[in-house]
Amino acid sequence: MIVGRFLRNGLDWRAGLVILVLVATAILVPVLNLAVSPDSAWHVPTYLVSLVGKYLSFALLALSIDLVWGFVGILSLGHGAFFALGGYAMGMYLMRQIGSRGVYGNAELPDFMVFLNWKELPYAWYGFEHFPYAALMIILVPGILAFVFGWFAFRSRVTGVYLSIITQAMTFALQLAFFRNDLGFGGNNGLTDFKDILGYNIQADGTRAMLFATTALMLALFFLICCALVASKFGKVLVAIRDAESRTRFIGYRVENYKLVAWVLSAVMAGIAGALYVPQVGIINPSEFAPANSIEVVIWVAVGGRGTLVGPIVGALLVNFMKSYFTTGTLAQYWPFMLGGLFVLVTLLLPKGIVGTLAGFLRRERRPVEPTPPLTTAAREDIGPAVTNPAAAE
Amino acid sequence: MNEKAARSVLYLDGVSVSFDGFRALNELSLVIEPGEMRAIIGPNGAGKTTMMDVVTGKTRPDEGDVYFDGTVDLTKLDEASIASLGIGRKFQKPTVFESHTVWDNLELALVDGRRPFTAIFGTRTPSEKERIEQILETVRLAERRNVRAAFLSHGQKQWLEIGMLLAQEPKLLLVDEPAAGMTDAETEATAVLLREIAKEKSVVVVEHDMAFVRSLEVKVTVLHEGSVISEGSLDHVSADPRVIEVYLGR
Ligand SMILES: Nc1ncnc2c1ncn2[C@@H]1O[C@H](COP(=O)(O)OP(=O)(O)O)[C@@H](O)[C@H]1O
Ligand SMILES: [Mg+2]
Repeated sequence: MIVGRFLRNGLDWRAGLVILVLVATAILVPVLNLAVSPDSAWHVPTYLVSLVGKYLSFALLALSIDLVWGFVGILSLGHGAFFALGGYAMGMYLMRQIGSRGVYGNAELPDFMVFLNWKELPYAWYGFEHFPYAALMIILVPGILAFVFGWFAFRSRVTGVYLSIITQAMTFALQLAFFRNDLGFGGNNGLTDFKDILGYNIQADGTRAMLFATTALMLALFFLICCALVASKFGKVLVAIRDAESRTRFIGYRVENYKLVAWVLSAVMAGIAGALYVPQVGIINPSEFAPANSIEVVIWVAVGGRGTLVGPIVGALLVNFMKSYFTTGTLAQYWPFMLGGLFVLVTLLLPKGIVGTLAGFLRRERRPVEPTPPLTTAAREDIGPAVTNPAAAE
Repeated sequence: MNEKAARSVLYLDGVSVSFDGFRALNELSLVIEPGEMRAIIGPNGAGKTTMMDVVTGKTRPDEGDVYFDGTVDLTKLDEASIASLGIGRKFQKPTVFESHTVWDNLELALVDGRRPFTAIFGTRTPSEKERIEQILETVRLAERRNVRAAFLSHGQKQWLEIGMLLAQEPKLLLVDEPAAGMTDAETEATAVLLREIAKEKSVVVVEHDMAFVRSLEVKVTVLHEGSVISEGSLDHVSADPRVIEVYLGR
């Protein structure tokens, strides 16, 4: 539908390149892992497949933030919550696949429930042994939370810093809730010791390669959807809201509805990213809800280039490769400072991020300086009665 | 509601608005007839912009009636509904969508397709393209159609905003200080443009520039401290002792 129209109108070369690279990666990496002998220089070891697969799920999370931050100006500092909820939904499915192979050998109950002396499965766990149901929950749980949150926040016109703060509060509250054993999701240990996914051994090279390919293709698909959305009139309205929210209202657009659609879609993307992440790392626990995690994702987006769609993917991969490089050596303890320093540097020197700056260079011959999008909508909410600036009036 | 209200396009009666105890509008009453163009003048802080905020749903009045088209109670509606009824507004500070091209700014302002899912799946019809071309001519921006609004001059932004108002096809236009920051030539052209628009629509113009108001040749309302102190032709209000006091006394 919309993607089809976007494709017919001619794919932007940048978007085309990204999709090409992602699809090629989805095919090549599994081939180099499975079909090439481990002695060959071309062989990709399994640990690397899972590592990059994990980073690609992070890239999808970063992309979801860019949709709302880069194009609507909603700075979410709580997207880790949607990511973790998608991850938990997948984790619950994986727990139910363990069956009687757990330590306590209970076919019905996961180990931690037996340990807590529970006698039967909580209602929240019903149906999770079926993959289609779990897949539906991966979409619905983050989607519904985002809908309820967005409904109230956008209708009461909470914007800017205040909105960012309540997204932090949301993920922090969920973290505290998931730490509790009696909530029924494994307390602070979370869910782990997975065995099978869709009947395949989750540790097997073939399964890992398939998970990798699925993640890369999902990222390509959502990247394409985001590109198409941003190019449509809907996307133009989003940018209009980012640039001048009041103006958009006075033309007659229900700004809160537009925000809500983008917000819910973004949360669903984050949830899917979490669901792809969990089988590749083998665990989900409440630390995924940590407010600091959500902030880190925003740094990836800023480094890569906000409002570019390509940038968040580049940023997520780059920063995470740097992280795994630096956190293994003697420099490990300094990593948080490096990350902080990187963010400060990028903000000061490359306010449009890596991709945004490169794109600016390419365009320079044809156009004058690009206006930088405002950092938050609040900063531009300066029309209306607050403009009782006598100097401007006379 | 009386008969006067029923015939009017905009009817304000006894409207008061307070901000933290400060009365920005004080029992303001104002009637605009269909097809009328009205100029509103008054010193800074007189409440002109606040009056527009009340009409467009940005600010709720503490008391008083606000009716559009004789029957629609505007105090009960939000900005988007009021805009859809056919009330367009130009801000005091020009506000256009800076990241979008001139063309896209106008396209976004076109009347139809306001819902998110229409915006995702809808396409533009040839008649809409024609309409945009027409507006580009009217506001003299045809040559700059593919330029991003951020790169327009101040005067061009003002015109683009007026163009966006036209694309909305409103019955009533509220125009806040359209000539602010314009050169004399631009100011003159703006007056011509507004008179052109007023042939088909009701227009309320707020302006400081007396030469500009004179060139509009319309009835003038003088606002001071949130109320109307004088109304009539420009010559009539200029001779009014209260108006002279307000303007000279500051
Ligand atoms: N949102 C607001 N909060 C507080 N005071 C306001 C607000 N809007 C307007 N005012 C005050 O109301 C008065 C009228 O303002 P305004 O309508 O902008 O005047 P004008 O447009 O005639 O210059 C001013 O004194 C202004 O400071
Ligand atoms: Mg004003």
